[in-house]
Amino acid sequence: MKKVAIVGAGHTPFTFATEKTSVELFSEAAMDAINEANIKAKDIQALNLGNCLGDFSEGQAMLQSYVANDIGAFNVPATRFEGACASGSLAVRDAFIWIASGFYDLVLVGGVERAASIGTSLATRTFAMFTDSHYEYPAGMTFPAMFGMLTHLYSKHYNVPLEKLKEQMANISVQSHAYGIHNPNAQFKKEITVENVLKGFMVCSPLQLLDCCPFTDGAAVIVLASEEKAKELTDKPVYITGVGQSSSGRLSSQKDHLPRIKSREVSIKQAYDMAGITPNDVDVCELHDCFSIASIIAAESLGFFEFGTAGDAWAKGEAKIGGKIPINVSGGLKSKGHPIGATGPSQVAEIYHQLRGECGVRQVEGAKIGITDTLGGDGVICNLIMEKGW
Amino acid sequence: MEYKLLFKDYSKALGKGKLLGLKCSDCNNITVPPKMTCQECGGTNLEIVEVTKKGKIVTFTVVSVAPEGRENEAPYITALVELDQGPWIMGNIANVEPSETTMDIIGKEVKLSFRNFPGDRYAPGNQARPTFTLV
Repeated sequence: MKKVAIVGAGHTPFTFATEKTSVELFSEAAMDAINEANIKAKDIQALNLGNCLGDFSEGQAMLQSYVANDIGAFNVPATRFEGACASGSLAVRDAFIWIASGFYDLVLVGGVERAASIGTSLATRTFAMFTDSHYEYPAGMTFPAMFGMLTHLYSKHYNVPLEKLKEQMANISVQSHAYGIHNPNAQFKKEITVENVLKGFMVCSPLQLLDCCPFTDGAAVIVLASEEKAKELTDKPVYITGVGQSSSGRLSSQKDHLPRIKSREVSIKQAYDMAGITPNDVDVCELHDCFSIASIIAAESLGFFEFGTAGDAWAKGEAKIGGKIPINVSGGLKSKGHPIGATGPSQVAEIYHQLRGECGVRQVEGAKIGITDTLGGDGVICNLIMEKGW
Repeated sequence: MEYKLLFKDYSKALGKGKLLGLKCSDCNNITVPPKMTCQECGGTNLEIVEVTKKGKIVTFTVVSVAPEGRENEAPYITALVELDQGPWIMGNIANVEPSETTMDIIGKEVKLSFRNFPGDRYAPGNQARPTFTLV
């Protein structure tokens, strides 16, 4: 298997509803990634694009083909990936496999979404399509509902009183906002307090407004290259050294594992084994904090904290820069924003910049190994491990 | 290979007050709601059985922000219930006031009935949906 490097990244601002089309958003991020990689669009051999809801947000399916044409990657094979909020990460993993196999040397991969443009009501409806439409949606299942149920289950299962858990969760949102201020592409650039979180509107009990990530428009794109190609293009390649992906059945079918998500544990084991590392080797992590409780659940399954104990980590500073494992110093989905198809590539772009030492105030000094964790729906997981390549 | 129990037949039975599941003759576990293979072992030697409509609430949430088309349902309670025979299913809790619902409800015994899900422009309508009442 060949080594695969990231040689460029592009990222639009993550925003509330924009007037730019999905093709325009993706293409702007794509050209920035292409320019940073010192290549031309015509050098690209294939294009992978993560997108969920173009059909609903602007009546546009088959974005990948129009994007390829827009940026001048004429007639390349272009493929759309749909795995709910993990769509973009699935696209990255797939591009990795093609280059690792030797089939391609240069692939453009990214994601785009206009989840804010859809509006809250239809967005809530379309996001709920990432649940079982026949057996669980009729009961009113939505994404905040899923994580509301997991919060109560977590409290009960690990015997953490709800009031204490809620305060731990509030600290997670506070940290995300504190870092988001330093990310020029973040949707929110304002500090919040634990009190703000605990006074918020109740969305799905016990999740209040600031426990939830926003709906977001935006795009993020990276360029992947084979090792030989990467050496021609950059002195600072970041290698993808481990990948994992896993799927799940409807939420009720996961009864033996909840509030843990078994597919995450399957996926991250694949990635750690492939990279030959353990959680202790990881310097920086971007994980899927669609809701504050989701950070706790993810951080435990990724191996950073014992099950039932991660909640204290944020309040103790263990998830900050300088702590045990810096988590979501980009601002995460909560503060940076969550344009679902673009979220995975955005996480990868953050790790790429972290390992290259380009993150300014939010830089994790000396970071050599970083991971991403992306959750789609009620159980698609993709994990990627990246290492500094020079 | 055909499904032993299709969604339409499961839903139709629920609408008549019967909860159907699939019993696996390889591992003896029961799968509800139905699927192609046994949820426990992946086996395909399944037979349709009637499942006891009693269970306990495992977790819940009170939904205040409803999806498009269901605004008039909010606030409502969505819950996961562990049936006496093992499987979990998702449904609503009917006879509890959402605004007064706390974690004390977890572990409470419930009985399954059903309500009609009218559907919307995306999801199939006139399906029975699981609804629980505290006993």
